[in-house]
Amino acid sequence: MNINVLFFAGLREALGVSAERLDLPAGIGTVGALRDHLAARGEPWSALATAKNLRAAVNQQMVGLEAPLKAGDEVAFFPPVTGG
Amino acid sequence: MSVSVQEADFDAGAEMAALAAGRVDVGAVASFIGYVRADKLHGDTPGQVATLTLEHYPGMTEKALAAIVDEAKDRWDVFGVRVIHRVGRLLPGAQIVFVAVSSAHRGDAFAACEFIMDYLKTRAPFWKKEETPEGGRWVDARETDDAAAERWLT
Repeated sequence: MNINVLFFAGLREALGVSAERLDLPAGIGTVGALRDHLAARGEPWSALATAKNLRAAVNQQMVGLEAPLKAGDEVAFFPPVTGG
Repeated sequence: MSVSVQEADFDAGAEMAALAAGRVDVGAVASFIGYVRADKLHGDTPGQVATLTLEHYPGMTEKALAAIVDEAKDRWDVFGVRVIHRVGRLLPGAQIVFVAVSSAHRGDAFAACEFIMDYLKTRAPFWKKEETPEGGRWVDARETDDAAAERWLT
């Protein structure tokens, strides 16, 4: 199952990556499982597991870690927003 | 176009005039302008912000702002809404965000304007990075902003 993953702000800088196309192994069906899958790569990716108040969006809608994933989804991880 | 995300500066007076132009039912236009402050907003040590860089999530930003405007229109009797948020590098004193709401009466205009700013602060995907003489630093989210947004849930 192919998805696109995006990273923003301080998380993007910590990972050194702004976007990645991923072919997900079977069994990774939620945003939380995807986060754990990426964090398991070790440094610097473990930042995904330790980040305080990590936020996520699927197809540009803010979601919780329990949100399901399907092929073609655009998934984004980022810190709490600070606009305005 | 009620929502804009842009690097360019904006003319608040012209934007407000446009909300009332050509109609006689508008009794009130309420507005808010946010500016880049020179003092360091966050962190323990005082310092001077040399520049502020605004990053955003293109696509989601516009959708999130449009959803906030739609919710304001559901909650209050408003005629028009204009939201402008700047991105990129900004200097202290620069305008960063603009919200204006037109309505028949001031109550709806004031409330909708404040609601839009409170929701924008917690739901629109923008991130600020301060550049100071000591280096760059991503601004932390503030709990007071969460509290300001949550009071509209009741």
